[in-house]
Amino acid sequence: MNDVITNILICGIGGQGVMTAAEILAQAAMAQGFDCKKSEIAGMAQRGGVVTSHVRFGRKVWSPVITPGSADLLVAFEVAEGSRWADHLRPGGTAMVNTIRLAPPIVSSGLYKYPADPVAQMRAAGVPVIEVDAGTIARDLGNLRLVNTIMLGAIADHLPFPASELEEQIVGRFRERKPAMVEVNQRAFEAGRQASQRGNADVSARAVNS
Amino acid sequence: MSAAVQAQPHTRLLLSGNDAIARGVWEAGAKVASAYPGTPSTEILESLALYPDLYAEWSVNEKVALEVAIGGSMSGARSFCAMKHVGLNVASDALMTITVAGVVGGLVIAVADDVGMSSSQNEQDSRYWGRFAHMPILEPADSQEAYEMVKYAFELSEACNTPVLLRLTTRVCHVKAVVEVGERVAHDITGFASDPRRWVMTPANAKGQIPAQIARETKLLALAESSPLNRMEDGKDRRIGFVTSGPAYMHVRECFPDSPVLKLGFTYPVPVGLVEKMASGVAHLVVVEETEPLMENDLKAAGLSRIHGKDLLPRLGELTPNVLIPAIHGLVGEPLPKGSVYPKIDPFPRPPTMCPACPHMGVYYSLSRLRKQVQISGDIGCYTLGAGHPWNALDTTISMGASMGIALGMDKARSEATKDKGVVAVIGDSTFLHMGMPGLLDIVYNRGNVTAIILDNRTTGMTGGQNHPGTGKSLTGEDAPRIDFAKLVEALGVAPERIRTVDPYLLPVVYKTIKEEIAVPAPSVIITTRPCVLSEFYDRLSPLKVIDETCTGCANCIKVGCPAITVKRTETRTRADGTTHELKFTTIDTAMCTGCRMCVESCGPKAIVPAQPTAVAQ
Ligand SMILES: Cc1ncc(C[n+]2csc(CCOP(=O)(O)OP(=O)(O)O)c2C)c(N)n1
Ligand code: SF4
Ligand code: SF4
Repeated sequence: MNDVITNILICGIGGQGVMTAAEILAQAAMAQGFDCKKSEIAGMAQRGGVVTSHVRFGRKVWSPVITPGSADLLVAFEVAEGSRWADHLRPGGTAMVNTIRLAPPIVSSGLYKYPADPVAQMRAAGVPVIEVDAGTIARDLGNLRLVNTIMLGAIADHLPFPASELEEQIVGRFRERKPAMVEVNQRAFEAGRQASQRGNADVSARAVNS
Repeated sequence: MSAAVQAQPHTRLLLSGNDAIARGVWEAGAKVASAYPGTPSTEILESLALYPDLYAEWSVNEKVALEVAIGGSMSGARSFCAMKHVGLNVASDALMTITVAGVVGGLVIAVADDVGMSSSQNEQDSRYWGRFAHMPILEPADSQEAYEMVKYAFELSEACNTPVLLRLTTRVCHVKAVVEVGERVAHDITGFASDPRRWVMTPANAKGQIPAQIARETKLLALAESSPLNRMEDGKDRRIGFVTSGPAYMHVRECFPDSPVLKLGFTYPVPVGLVEKMASGVAHLVVVEETEPLMENDLKAAGLSRIHGKDLLPRLGELTPNVLIPAIHGLVGEPLPKGSVYPKIDPFPRPPTMCPACPHMGVYYSLSRLRKQVQISGDIGCYTLGAGHPWNALDTTISMGASMGIALGMDKARSEATKDKGVVAVIGDSTFLHMGMPGLLDIVYNRGNVTAIILDNRTTGMTGGQNHPGTGKSLTGEDAPRIDFAKLVEALGVAPERIRTVDPYLLPVVYKTIKEEIAVPAPSVIITTRPCVLSEFYDRLSPLKVIDETCTGCANCIKVGCPAITVKRTETRTRADGTTHELKFTTIDTAMCTGCRMCVESCGPKAIVPAQPTAVAQ
């Protein structure tokens, strides 16, 4: 194992499952023998606020926080949140963004505007973005709670360990508690992987075109 | 959480600091543990409640929690209590005297400072309390250290006859890191032995013990100087040496891997000798501590004048790498490393909102309608959000329970302009039981013209839904006597006809009741009756919808503040006189709506109806 530290920032909105995703990722890293730290600052119990979780793993991890400009991966459960945290990526890091738009009450009541196209904003700033429409995929699979598994599937090929290890971490949890959910989670994971591979191809195509 | 409870000795687990501390407390053989919830410390007791062979409780407030732990310690049981930083202010009266008398069973007090203020009303450095009360302070940097230090704290407590302060911060409590756990060592309770000269703190008895308390500090200092919790980590870049404690140590190691670091875990009394040794080998010495310059001041007082600390570093917030690097680099004249390459994008703020159907909204909707006629003294809990959009119906929040006394003070300090205003105090059920009761008693006793609204949602919502004496359940989930708020306030002296119980979902009733009670020049209490949406007592019903053709775009339902109701489209209309106004047509998110029906009465044209025609309870 070399001294490289992998920094993954997961962001979203309270109640979306950001912390669960971070927990699964951290457990998977630990199962690979990495030292691992997972940090989160979630303000209050109520729903709806900004939530981030920092996952860092490698041979030896010191600080539990990811310094702005050093994240290898940004996993955004909501598109505007993705833009909010994009400055945490290192040059060449990737933003894996669920394209769902969730407007808070202060936006829907007209006090603030939701940006027309947060992905375009990120790209204009030079951030490599892979779009994943996790909401639609989850709906097609018949369960909105699958967003979590889909997003983990989407980053599975961007980790320093095999995708199957992350999948096993997710599936293992369901095998114990809700065996009936194993199969649909496997499908969700695979769908997330494919969506991100498609998105990745789009990003490469764009790079060639521009 | 349960993984740590079941873990066999020598297994490695990913644990939060809070879960690691709970495991350490249990392994240390503690028999009594108590706390009042408070972010970021809450999960310590939630986790401890799952371990066998130990008594764990939610106390009504932190002072009582500490007193329960003191009683345990006096009886020879290893005892533990936990609280957030401001909780120690509440507990401080007991603290300042128990550190004179000392302990029988080891007594450890974990205090969690909210460095960075993710969810608190201030950012105090509770290490002041350790100094003030003459007790040793241990500061872990991560979960493994928290686990080890809490076990050591019990030993230290017994060896030096003193309570020990385990100082945590949010980055210790809520960061998960790898911990290797061990085995429980049993500590039998010796039982209470009467010793009035020691435990009855009359002036004569206290005076007799203070010399020992002072002498103890010499012994503690010697222990700190030789403690394995304080270690020198050498480095080849001797331009700067760091003295650091808590999670700041991790950030220092991250940013300056080649610098020598004196890593302090046993931080009070400050091991000056170790720092002197370090100082002689480096060009600059920098003390990196969160948040106040406490070690720094102690070191300066001991004669180490040429040290840096808060001259370079901020006195608030975390000392994370992005703060440390620019602050320190100037010292050696190095150019700053390049920061982030991508620009910051700031889409819009996203403050936390109340949950859909939160019963608090019924009260705030009504108060916002009465806004010009009332001053509203508030308190701490989910209902503090009433200060925000769209209600703007809270004027003060200071400390837990303060809504009562502040309301009384406002009532007694009326000006010509405010003499006819109603004074309303809004307080949650857990907060009322924590510190609100004495304030209400004061209102009654001193004939205050105040209307107190007790938001009884049968839980401690803000901290994640803990039990309290008003829920009918204990920390461990067993049935407990359930306090009757109406009887309680009557016993405090509120006239029975001035005690009103309302369903907060019935907006017109809430409005009318508040209006009536502020009109009566006497203490009155309004108690709401609906449970927190996230509690086990809440029943979800079938969702509602807005009939588009009936909706007139008045947007009155938006003012209820339920996040399930949003604006779907707007239309600008021109009035006859040429002025324009905007209509906002709304919609209800059926996935979020619980069918509470609170918003129904806010809609004049009756456009809010069941989403399915034959709505039945699910
Ligand atoms: C002295 C002190 N202890 C603990 C806390 C943490 N805390 C904030 S609000 C709150 C209680 C909230 O419960 P409740 O009053 O029932 O209101 P709810 O959140 O349910 O609306 C607690 C424990 C604090 N801020 N201060
Ligand atoms: S947690 Fe309970 S009290 Fe807090 S906002 Fe949600 S419903 Fe209201
Ligand atoms: S009935 Fe109205 S107030 Fe209640 S949850 Fe549904 S939208 Fe919100």
